[in-house]
Amino acid sequence: MTMKTEALTGGFAEPVHQAQGVFKLMMDGMARPGTIQTVGGGGTVPPAPLGIAAGAIALTLCDHDTPVWLSAQLASPLIADWLAFHTGATVTQEKAEARFAFIEAGKALSSFGLFSIGTQEYPDRSATIVIEIANFENGQLLSLSGPGILGTREIRPEGLPDAFLRLWADNRVLFPRGIDVVLAAADRFVCLPRTSKITVREI
Amino acid sequence: MSSHADLATYNFAYLDEQTKRMIRRAILKAIAIPGYQVPFASREMPMPYGWGTGGVQVTASIIGADDVLKVIDQGADDTTNAVSIRAFFQKVADIAVTTKTDEATIIQTRHRIPETRLKSNQVLVYQVPIPEPLRFLEPRETETRKMHALEEYGLMHVKLYEDIARNGHIATTYSYPVKVQGRYVMSPSPTPKFDNPKMHMSDALQLFGAGREKRIYAVPPHTEVVSLDFEDHPFEVQKFDRPCALCGAEHVYLDEVILDDKGGRMFVCSDTDHCEDRRADGHVGELLAKPQEAAE
Amino acid sequence: MYVAVKGGEAAIANAHRLLADRRRGDRSVPSITIEQIAGQLGLAVDRVMAEASLYDRSLAALAIRQARGDMIEAIFILRAYRTTLPRFGTSRPLDTTSMAIERRISATYKDLPGGQMLGATFDYTHRLLDPSLLTDAPVEEPALRQPDDEVSLMRVSEILAQEDLIEADGELPADHVTGDLTREPLEFPMSRDLRLQALARGDEGFLLALGYSTQRGYGNAHPFVGEIRIGEVEVEFDVPELGFAVSLGCIQVTECQMVNQFKGSAKAPPQFTRGYGLVFGQSERKSMSMSLVDRALRATELGEDITAAAQDEEFVISHSDNVQSTGFVEHLKLPHYVDFQAELDLVRRMRRDFEASRQAGNDDDFMEAAQ
Repeated sequence: MTMKTEALTGGFAEPVHQAQGVFKLMMDGMARPGTIQTVGGGGTVPPAPLGIAAGAIALTLCDHDTPVWLSAQLASPLIADWLAFHTGATVTQEKAEARFAFIEAGKALSSFGLFSIGTQEYPDRSATIVIEIANFENGQLLSLSGPGILGTREIRPEGLPDAFLRLWADNRVLFPRGIDVVLAAADRFVCLPRTSKITVREI
Repeated sequence: MSSHADLATYNFAYLDEQTKRMIRRAILKAIAIPGYQVPFASREMPMPYGWGTGGVQVTASIIGADDVLKVIDQGADDTTNAVSIRAFFQKVADIAVTTKTDEATIIQTRHRIPETRLKSNQVLVYQVPIPEPLRFLEPRETETRKMHALEEYGLMHVKLYEDIARNGHIATTYSYPVKVQGRYVMSPSPTPKFDNPKMHMSDALQLFGAGREKRIYAVPPHTEVVSLDFEDHPFEVQKFDRPCALCGAEHVYLDEVILDDKGGRMFVCSDTDHCEDRRADGHVGELLAKPQEAAE
Repeated sequence: MYVAVKGGEAAIANAHRLLADRRRGDRSVPSITIEQIAGQLGLAVDRVMAEASLYDRSLAALAIRQARGDMIEAIFILRAYRTTLPRFGTSRPLDTTSMAIERRISATYKDLPGGQMLGATFDYTHRLLDPSLLTDAPVEEPALRQPDDEVSLMRVSEILAQEDLIEADGELPADHVTGDLTREPLEFPMSRDLRLQALARGDEGFLLALGYSTQRGYGNAHPFVGEIRIGEVEVEFDVPELGFAVSLGCIQVTECQMVNQFKGSAKAPPQFTRGYGLVFGQSERKSMSMSLVDRALRATELGEDITAAAQDEEFVISHSDNVQSTGFVEHLKLPHYVDFQAELDLVRRMRRDFEASRQAGNDDDFMEAAQ
């Protein structure tokens, strides 16, 4: 098996401290849904089209205990090798097995249904899905509420998958089961734990 | 046989990176499901189970080089186990430590929540001995897990109601169960119920680690935490009928200190940092107000 | 004037210094060496290795010395070290049939191929204090015989299996990945591999008491020692890159196969059932207790009623780990005065209410008497 050299580079230069830093952003992001977290440079260069934030999250949280599902554009041998080399994670074709899923920008989503939503007894055994979008400035104004949010918090994600709001509403009904989502755009991300309620703000 | 020369080389914050990732994933799911106990593969720590191994594993997984750590036990920074845990992190993570609640970014605690309102840049890490609020009503994990799944909390209400029938009031003074965001019944850890209201809509993230029982759970900021009660018997916290003898603070939790063998006793702040701050600001309690008389 | 207690740090440092002094003891007596502990307190070393689940004689000996001979403390120290070690994978199953046997006994057959071998056992020693051990009296070399490679030391269970009188060894699904309770959260009910791992790490005294209880009617056991064998086995590890297994070396283990009567059920014919024990080093007591408890814990699988503690998986496994037990029992010595204050306040209030209502009752009685 030969690996391209790109698969061997672009990881964390200082794995211990950078992983802690990105995790801290994830923890803050999950605890405060809708807040924009910035991974920054730090030298993480995942193979395209995997974004910097999405790549950094993979480096931080994935390992050989977490099968990873990749959408069509991301499911290249290069990205699979990069994940394998830097994290030990293997790519799975089965959505149900995946602990993490990475979805490329512009991908149409018909359902979250095949991803693991956990069980009523073990709702934590559910997938975390990282979806690449365009940006957090130019999209539709959405209002978030729920745990971690005092009152409401607004986000403007551009490039959400078409059916996202409907899928999200379906996901919330499953509580405590359900998937958790991270929206990523370049080196920034926003967390949407399953508890967050999204409503479209009329302007 | 192994080489014994390099026995004592440990990673930053002691835990290996794989363990940290496992715990970090558990923490994120815990935050996403407020009040639900996430099972995790708790590691054997170099301190005994029951002495804060869960809190230590959580702290070790979240702490970074720039964090400032405060550790309290019974509200005090200088209790021996708090001293020991603080020293552990100084040794294995070389991080800054403080006794000042205001300065800390991570506060690991056993049995108390600081009196000072926590801020959004702070994380409160609780050491938890028995994470399951239903455990003393139903010892079997297989059963309690079902109860949580079905949101079947009748047993807990029956227990509290039996207290009222027998005593006229609820006879639970610490580990007083709460309901988180209207769904999971959760143990606040053995904090006095006096501290329960501080958990409600806190600005700070609250993480709970139970090492021996292998559970992590969380309350995100701005989340409803309601102490279980009944309409005709609403939840009440303890009231102390006197202020702190050192700083004069009221509406804080007090420790009873025995002064002599003739029944002499005094009440002082359990939160030692809060008490010191108040005294530094010029607040004076009964005992310090009359040092002359006391000396005479 | 009241001064809040301070100086935890200095107190801890001084306590550790005193501990080091007490550990060393009388300086005019030579200090005990790791080699002496490993060589002369071998069974203590075995227990520490077994319950710490780390096979390293000299580290176990170091832990015993560091713990001043407190076995659970030594197990704890070694476990805390073990947990920091990287985990490379799972070895191949040990082949105890090809064990280099030092002791082997069966209670179910008078004689059997390979014979009974007493080995180094306390069994028929008279427990009289031996004054010769007060001095360094010379010890005879042991009389050993060369192993006879021609004789296969078949296991007793295989003898019964030839007649189809014992249940099969049991198989896990082909895709079953060997569990590791030190790496995954525990979940009930457990698969048998995890349960055996928990028992192998379990406290010898706890398992002994539970095993004993099954003999006294708490669990309906009819056990026979099919076989106990002690000796060295090779540990092999598959290296995927090489495509074959390499030997990691030999370890000493004690294996016990307990044979239990089983009346049969609607599905299963009358036959003997198995209880299994395997521990690091030489420990018959532990491996026998383990095999009794293993059999008792198979109650559900065999369709037996669960009536006793030893049959209750959640009870047994949740309380078999002495590092967990000792931690939680001993944590009671940590300060609890915040919660105690809350209880004190409550008891005082309830006591006041009680006295007040008794007083009120007395007054009523007085009124009634007066009328």
